[in-house]
Amino acid sequence: MTEIFGIPIQALLGQLLLGLVNGSFYAMLSLGLAVIFGLLGIVNFAHGALYMVGAYVAWGCLEWLGLNYWLALLVAPLIVGLLGALIERLFLKRLYQLDPLYGLLLTFGLALIIEGVFRDSFGSSGQQYPVPEVLQGATNLGFMILPNYRAWVIVASLGACFSTWFLIEKTSLGATLRAGTENPRLVQAFGINVPLMVTLTYAGGAALAGLAGVLAAPVIQLTPLMGSNLIIVVFAVVVIGGMGSIMGSILTGVLLGLLEGLTKVFYPEASNIVVFVIMVIVLVLRPAGLFGKEK
Amino acid sequence: MKFERKLKLELKKLAGVCALACVASLGTLSMTGNAMAQASSDVIRIGLITDMSGVYSDLDGAGGAEAINMAIEKMGKSINGKKIELLVADHLNKPDVAAATAREWFDTKGVDLLIGGTNSGTSLSMSKVATEKKKLFISIGAGSSAITNEQCAPYTLHYAYDTAALAKGTGTAVVKSGGKSWYFLTADYAFGTQLQTDAANVVKASGGTVVGSVRHPLSASDFSSFLLQAQASKAQILGLANAGGDTINSIKAANEFGITKTMKLAGLLMFINDIHSLGLNATQGMYLTDSWYWNKDAEARAWSIPFFKKFKRMPSSLQAADYSAALQYLMAVKAIDSRDTDKVLAQMKKTKINDIYTKGGYIRGDGLMVHDMYLMQVKTPAQSTEPWDYYNVMQTFKGEEAWNTKAESRCALWK
Repeated sequence: MTEIFGIPIQALLGQLLLGLVNGSFYAMLSLGLAVIFGLLGIVNFAHGALYMVGAYVAWGCLEWLGLNYWLALLVAPLIVGLLGALIERLFLKRLYQLDPLYGLLLTFGLALIIEGVFRDSFGSSGQQYPVPEVLQGATNLGFMILPNYRAWVIVASLGACFSTWFLIEKTSLGATLRAGTENPRLVQAFGINVPLMVTLTYAGGAALAGLAGVLAAPVIQLTPLMGSNLIIVVFAVVVIGGMGSIMGSILTGVLLGLLEGLTKVFYPEASNIVVFVIMVIVLVLRPAGLFGKEK
Repeated sequence: MKFERKLKLELKKLAGVCALACVASLGTLSMTGNAMAQASSDVIRIGLITDMSGVYSDLDGAGGAEAINMAIEKMGKSINGKKIELLVADHLNKPDVAAATAREWFDTKGVDLLIGGTNSGTSLSMSKVATEKKKLFISIGAGSSAITNEQCAPYTLHYAYDTAALAKGTGTAVVKSGGKSWYFLTADYAFGTQLQTDAANVVKASGGTVVGSVRHPLSASDFSSFLLQAQASKAQILGLANAGGDTINSIKAANEFGITKTMKLAGLLMFINDIHSLGLNATQGMYLTDSWYWNKDAEARAWSIPFFKKFKRMPSSLQAADYSAALQYLMAVKAIDSRDTDKVLAQMKKTKINDIYTKGGYIRGDGLMVHDMYLMQVKTPAQSTEPWDYYNVMQTFKGEEAWNTKAESRCALWK
């Protein structure tokens, strides 16, 4: 068998594919953060909690309402989006004139409260959520066995990422949105309801987190703390990609997933810090991030 | 001359201030002395410091506090006219918080018995405070075998389980049933590597081999890469030397990636709550070692039902151990009608422990409570007939058989 640095090439291919799966998760979560930061200037520390709420909504749908996974894919982002809209209207709206630190503190506090409430209601050891029947089983690719659900995760999250990118960068709605955040007064003068657009943007970012939560529910332990385990890595991804750069966060998410996959083969102990090492290097060499623009 | 007189005056002043300070401090000393006496004269206080809100809170937490309350109620809520009281605090999984709370309780709240819940780091820090204050400390949810070995202490008891016993139980049983070659998936910190070392020794001693191991970071987000490496080793058994969420996520991914078709999993530290959150489909057939199971006999079952009604989940082995520890302490206090730490400890050491948790248990010189451990196999979904009906008890490790021996002990107090 052919080998690279003592690792069989087949094993390497397997690890790269797994990296792609994790990378597409990172991409979807960091995308939501990038949208919220890029358009509203808010460092949304509640993102991990919203992701967790998404997963719990999916679980609740199945447990109490009998709604299956596919319906949950629709319902959970809607509910999390509504929660996001509520958070924006009640709290964040009042902070736009202040230093971004206030937004960070507020969302961090909200994340603690949301996680606390869930821990109190559902306990800490987690719930079960089955893989939907159609996607059960696995496909033998020759070099590895890929569970069908993981393949679906790649397709679904990259699909969600590119549609979001398209919506913001290529449609007239997206153009208005970007203009509204650049110069709210001028855009308002054209008769456009800018505060509503801002609310919808935050809700949209939150909905993306909710969607990621539903996708994660069948494969990751469903606990109130599942978001806080992930959020720091996702923030690093956003910083590396360039705060606010939408395409940047998608590409960086996928790239870092692949890189992490490789680290797990060559030096597993370092796999959870490799992302941060890259972050340090990028911040030293390109402070605005790989895809960010200097302001 | 003038200067000398001035100096004398200053010195006198200084002496005066010193004396005042001394009197004042004596005053406060005797005042705290009084407060302590008052705090502990008419009430027997048990303190529980455990994880009330974090990852381990389902294993012990509020359920553990309830179990201790059940012991207090069994004693009639008072002993010889003295009321029994329970204090509960959250250590947030931080050893410094645990130690500070313990110190405050011993100093100002007059706590007589401190029970430490999950998390080894917090137990080791509380054990030091208890030694300094000469108060009884019972560690229940902590797994580190250091508590009764390198760091064993005169007033510290270790009650439910330790890494050595878990490794011994699951390790020997799995090798005996044909799982000769092992590969370890190990959490990359002190607990994980200790568990792996303990288990690897047991596997080798029973005639098995260790093919290799991979270390994953604590709270890793994804286990599939590590599992593929494990599978490539062609070992028969995948030993999971990790805990909590890491174990749960490893098992989930092992099922998803078809690892369970070629390897058998052996969880080295698993609680019934982990099985509940994974479901029987993912865990059926697994071996694990635990100190207690709610359905192991009629007595345990009868004790568990009211608990279930209150918490909507069956008690874990740790919660049953909480009950037993509190009950044994209170019975010792009642028997000798004293709360003097040395006297109570002597009484506990000479009394066999017989309650819903264990039969014929006793406290050894290193502070370990020696009791039976059980090898369980997780039932298939078809075998399970009621909620939380998860285990078949496969084997009982009687008394000393389950634990490390005096020859293996590294406790300086027990030589």
